[in-house]
Amino acid sequence: MASLVIAEHDNKVLKDATAKTVSAATQLGGPVHVLVAGSGCGAVAEAAAKLAGVEKVLLADAPLYAKLVAEPVAELILSLAGNYDAILAPATTNGKNYLPRVAARLDVPQISEILKVVSPDTFERPIYAGNAIQTVQAPAGKKVITVRTTAFKAAEATGSAAVENVAAAADPGLSKFVGEELSKSERPELTSAKIIISGGRGMQSGDNFHLLEKIADRLHAAVGASRAAVDAGFVPNDYQVGQTGKVVAPELYIAVGISGAIQHLAGMKDSKVIAAINKDEEAPIFQVADYGLVADLFKAIPEMDEELAKLGY
Amino acid sequence: MKVLVPVKRVIDYNVKVRVKADQTGVDLANVKMSMNPFDEISVEEAVKLKEKGKATEVVAISVGPQQASETIRTALAMGADRGILVKTDGDVEPLAVAKIFKAICEAEQPGLVILGKQAIDDDSNQTGQMLAALLGWPQGTFAHKLELADGSANIEREIDGGLQTVEVKLPAIMTTDLRLNTPRYASLPNIMKAKKKPIDEKTPADYGVDTAPRLKVLKVTEPPKRQAGVKVKTVSELLDKLKNEAGVI
Ligand SMILES: Cc1cc2nc3c(=O)[nH]c(=O)nc-3n(C[C@H](O)[C@H](O)[C@H](O)COP(=O)(O)OP(=O)(O)OC[C@H]3O[C@@H](n4cnc5c(N)ncnc54)[C@H](O)[C@@H]3O)c2cc1C
Repeated sequence: MASLVIAEHDNKVLKDATAKTVSAATQLGGPVHVLVAGSGCGAVAEAAAKLAGVEKVLLADAPLYAKLVAEPVAELILSLAGNYDAILAPATTNGKNYLPRVAARLDVPQISEILKVVSPDTFERPIYAGNAIQTVQAPAGKKVITVRTTAFKAAEATGSAAVENVAAAADPGLSKFVGEELSKSERPELTSAKIIISGGRGMQSGDNFHLLEKIADRLHAAVGASRAAVDAGFVPNDYQVGQTGKVVAPELYIAVGISGAIQHLAGMKDSKVIAAINKDEEAPIFQVADYGLVADLFKAIPEMDEELAKLGY
Repeated sequence: MKVLVPVKRVIDYNVKVRVKADQTGVDLANVKMSMNPFDEISVEEAVKLKEKGKATEVVAISVGPQQASETIRTALAMGADRGILVKTDGDVEPLAVAKIFKAICEAEQPGLVILGKQAIDDDSNQTGQMLAALLGWPQGTFAHKLELADGSANIEREIDGGLQTVEVKLPAIMTTDLRLNTPRYASLPNIMKAKKKPIDEKTPADYGVDTAPRLKVLKVTEPPKRQAGVKVKTVSELLDKLKNEAGVI
């Protein structure tokens, strides 16, 4: 039962999501190979080769794969699929984009966002915004799986697999990358940060998010947001935590001016510790918070900044 | 150019779902059902294209039980021209839904199919991409903005790092994200008008598609529950707990 894991990276750095997907793949029992598709991404392949449990890294280095555009990446995976019993990708916006194309062409169902490998053909996955957990058994044949990375520990960098070049597949010529506008930040990424401080509609403006950024900088935290804060234009779309945004599970999640709608909880309720600051003591966020502070955030957050400074953060 | 808009009848997003005691699924008896919120965004986008003269006809399609015709009616009230209901009972997996849509696309020859990026019941996020693959068409998923040109479209997409724009040849598949538009409410006159718009009824067999599930659902359970913790009185008490009790800062 050999597995192929599709690597998540930006051509320079291998993302943590890959190491977590590898650890899900090793639980299937067979050898694990990693496909690094990209452009000028040799260093990424070297990093993937170090992941514990990886037997071989396949490197498809071609301009066509620079931005992981779905149509050519799916063709590449299909050109290799014959050698594998399972194909796994992290449930990032990339994995969610190309992998269902692969499943459809293989005529197999995709199992989305697995939380647990129960046995090599049986998996747990969330449905209804994580309010129910489905245990599903895949039929015989190839398995195509996306992995919810918060549910798996990252494979450690203790291995030393070989890197092998593979040929690019033909470009289907259906689509092309035009441009991108990436959020720039010196802070950790939302999905790998140990601490996250998120703001909601209660923040009232994008400018007020600077209050949270100050705290984030003291705690080396990432800044997140609710859908309402993104819809209102306070912060960019990639800040959104929730059922239809990013799923996070940091050591500490601080929710500020967020009511705690089920769609938001779906993205953060597996955090180790949750703290909430909200002026409404009835806000549902308090039902999941380990520590709740009923307060006006415009008083509490500046005060927190001062206190943290005093404590030497 | 014709635009197809698949719409799914799902549990309303405000309903708190309950897992059935026998672990066979969630309780949908007497629960409010609505159009999948992402599909409302799809319908809105299609109707806007028609209003701008870029789409000639908007066809709303649904795979589901008889009541899914109400979901199609909602799309018709928002401005779609006609509907197709493919009647099924029981859950149909994304791959089978995509196969039905593929057959409809072959018959209808749309220039664009606009689907929601995910349905809020099974949260699969697959159908649009699968449909694109089966047809051999390009896809612009998680759309934030659509610009149509001659024979192609630029689709700006919400991705993990920010926004990305791809150019796709038409015909194409687009799946919608939250910020693409704000769906309209249907006006009363339009709801009345929608009652006269035609809905074709079909079955999966009409399209030669087998909808038997491939995945076996062994059980559906409740996730572990989080207990509410304590209320603190001050910011310094909060920081003290985070530092000395939880040890997370
Ligand atoms: C299809 C669909 C998908 C969705 N996906 C997501 C998702 O992925 N993520 C997500 O977050 N949401 C999602 N939502 C939206 C969700 O339902 C809620 O609308 C949203 O989470 C609310 O955001 P909020 O808590 O910031 O705003 P509100 O619910 O308006 O809450 C604001 C809170 O701020 C508090 N507040 C106000 N002023 C202050 C102050 N001065 N001091 C302290 N507290 C204050 C208020 O008491 C209130 O509790 C989705 C909805 C739909 C329909």
